[in-house]
Amino acid sequence: MWINSKLGIWIFLASEIMLFGGLFSAYIFLRLAAPPGDFARWATELSVPLATVNTLVLISSSVSMVMAWASLKLKDFPKYKMYMGITLLCSFIFLVIKYFEYTSKFSHHIYPSSSTFMAIYFTLTGLHGIHIIGGMIVMIYFWLPIGAKMWDSQPELFTNRVEVLGLYWHFVDLVWIFLFPVLYLL
Amino acid sequence: MSDDHSTESIQEHIRVYIMVFGALAVLTVVTVLASYLEVSTSEGIFLALIIASVKASLVAGYFMHLISEKNTIIWILVLTVVFFFIMLFLPLISYTDQVNI
Repeated sequence: MWINSKLGIWIFLASEIMLFGGLFSAYIFLRLAAPPGDFARWATELSVPLATVNTLVLISSSVSMVMAWASLKLKDFPKYKMYMGITLLCSFIFLVIKYFEYTSKFSHHIYPSSSTFMAIYFTLTGLHGIHIIGGMIVMIYFWLPIGAKMWDSQPELFTNRVEVLGLYWHFVDLVWIFLFPVLYLL
Repeated sequence: MSDDHSTESIQEHIRVYIMVFGALAVLTVVTVLASYLEVSTSEGIFLALIIASVKASLVAGYFMHLISEKNTIIWILVLTVVFFFIMLFLPLISYTDQVNI
């Protein structure tokens, strides 16, 4: 039963690789077709310090997620709650920083329609943001008693579900690891 | 992931997670610093993608436990990566053909 859920999430993640891969591919062709230096010039509109902080926040959320799973393996439920809470907090901080980044662009009248770079920037980061929100919804479920009560009746199944959630979350982190240099630094 | 989930094994995993976290934080700073190097655009892209790939390998290998994952899952991912590169390079060939590179 455990392998089925892991196989399922990995096949789902494989489809996600193709989804984000397609958009990365679009980024490459749009950049190749753009006037020389156009993408790099528009990238200077973005805030590297905020994105660097966000990268560190997301990496922290990934390590706290894996620590939440390890706590369950050690049968330490209070620590699980603490680490899952930290993961939730980090994901919330990530979204808040992203909100400030977006609103800063809008206040300078920079929208997806402003340039090809901004179109692909908002598409990639927006899709990534939706994945963050999706992960947060599942995290809240497994953090609140409604989902966490499974620990009392079926601890192994609960641990397995948290591991599967973790695999999804690390993938979201992994996508950002590529988005950060591609959009902000190149 | 490996079936060895004894208390000692998990505590060893935790030590590894902390080390990977440190490496990822350092590599993030290195990525930013590398972007200020006086290199050509292609060298800059190459450098940034190499660092990002190392970071991604650390996350996939240790946080996602791919380093000790079952062969079925590894092969699914290998197949996905192959198809990703086909998806990437097919239009690239067409593009280079159009602009006579």
